[in-house]
Amino acid sequence: MEVGQMQRAWVEYTRSLFREGFLDAQFQQLQLLQDESNPDFVAEVVSLFFEDSERLLADLTFVLEQQNIDFKKVDAHVHQFKGSSSSIGAQRVKNDCIAFRNFCEEQNIEGCLRCLQQVKQDYYLVKSKLEALIRLEQQIVAAGGSIPMEELSS
Amino acid sequence: MAITGDSRSQFHVLAVDDSLIDRKLIERLLKTSSYQVTTVDSGSKALKFLGFQEDEQSNPDTPFGSPNNHQEVEVNLIITDYCMPGMTGYDLLKKVKESSSLRNIPVVIMSSENVPSRITRCLEEGAEEFFLKPVRLSDLNRLKPHMMKTKIKNQKQEDQEELKISEIQSDEQQQPVQPPSPQPQPQPQPESQPPPPPALLLQHNNNKRKAMEEGLSPDRTRPRYNGIPTMV
Repeated sequence: MEVGQMQRAWVEYTRSLFREGFLDAQFQQLQLLQDESNPDFVAEVVSLFFEDSERLLADLTFVLEQQNIDFKKVDAHVHQFKGSSSSIGAQRVKNDCIAFRNFCEEQNIEGCLRCLQQVKQDYYLVKSKLEALIRLEQQIVAAGGSIPMEELSS
Repeated sequence: MAITGDSRSQFHVLAVDDSLIDRKLIERLLKTSSYQVTTVDSGSKALKFLGFQEDEQSNPDTPFGSPNNHQEVEVNLIITDYCMPGMTGYDLLKKVKESSSLRNIPVVIMSSENVPSRITRCLEEGAEEFFLKPVRLSDLNRLKPHMMKTKIKNQKQEDQEELKISEIQSDEQQQPVQPPSPQPQPQPQPESQPPPPPALLLQHNNNKRKAMEEGLSPDRTRPRYNGIPTMV
C-alpha cells in the first residue's frame, strides 16, 4: 500500500472506532497530546492500559472464584479499571465497569460474573482494534508519511 | 519519580497520582502547556519532595517557616488525585494547608467521581479547583491564575525574608553571589530568558537544591534557574 492509501485507511478506521463506540473523545485527547517530540505517546499509554487491564482481569477472575467473595476488593479493582479505561477513552469497557460496580454494590454474584465476561470480551475487542490502529500508524510513519490527524475533524 | 519539562519554563507543578497511566497523562498535559512537571505516585512522596516537616506547624510564631524548613525545590502548584491508597488527595491537601511553609502553594484535586460533598469538602479545606477526570487540556487553562496569585504573594514574603537574612548574614553577603557553575549544556540557550524567580533565597540553599535535583533526576543536566546569572 502506498502512503496516501494507508493514510486514508487510517482515517476511515479511526472514524469507525469512534462511530461504533469502541473509543470516545478522550482518545482524541490522547492523539492531540502526541507530537514530534513525543511520537509514541499514544502507543505508550495504550500499552500501559493493556498491562493494567490484564492484571485487573486476572485479579477480578480470582476474587470472583472464591467461596466467600470479597466485594470490597472486587469494587476496588473495577474502580481502577473504570479509571484507566476512561483515561484511555475505551468507552465500552468503561460502561461495562459502571454496570459492574452497581452489581458489586448489590453483592449480586450472578450479575458480577456476567459483567466480568462482558468486560473481558469488550476489553479484548478494543485491544485488537487499538493494536491494528497502532500498527497502521507505524506503517505510515515507516513509509515516510505522517498521521493525518487534521482529517479526522473534517 | 521523574522531573521532566523545559527547565526554562516559569512554573513548576507537582503532580500526584497512584495510577501510572494517569501520571503519564497529566505529565503530558502539563508539559504541553509548558509547565515544568514532577510526578510522584503517593501523597507521602509528595510531602517528602516538598520538604515537609511534621512539627513545623506547631510553631505559629514563624509565619514564613524558618529558612531551614524552606522547601528545597520551588513548587508553584500541586495537582493531586483524590482517591489513592494510604494518604488520599484530601489528606495531602490538609497537610499542605496546615503547614506554615507550604500553605501558600495552590492545590488542585482531581477525581473520577462527581461527588458534590467531596468537592465541597476539598474546596472548603482550601483547594483552588476540583477537576473531574479524565483531565483535559482545556481544564489546565484554569491553573495559571492560581500560580500567578501565589507568585506575587511569595515574592512579597521572600522580600521580607531576604531582609532578615541579609541582616544576619551581612558578612557572607559581601562576597558576590556565584551563579550555579556552568555544566555541559546539550541544548542551545535562547537569547531571551523569562523573568527569573525571586533570586536571593534561591541562592541561599542552592547547593542543597542542586544536590537534591541530582539525586532525583540523573538525566537533568542543566541547573534549574538559568535566569539568575543574567540578573546578578
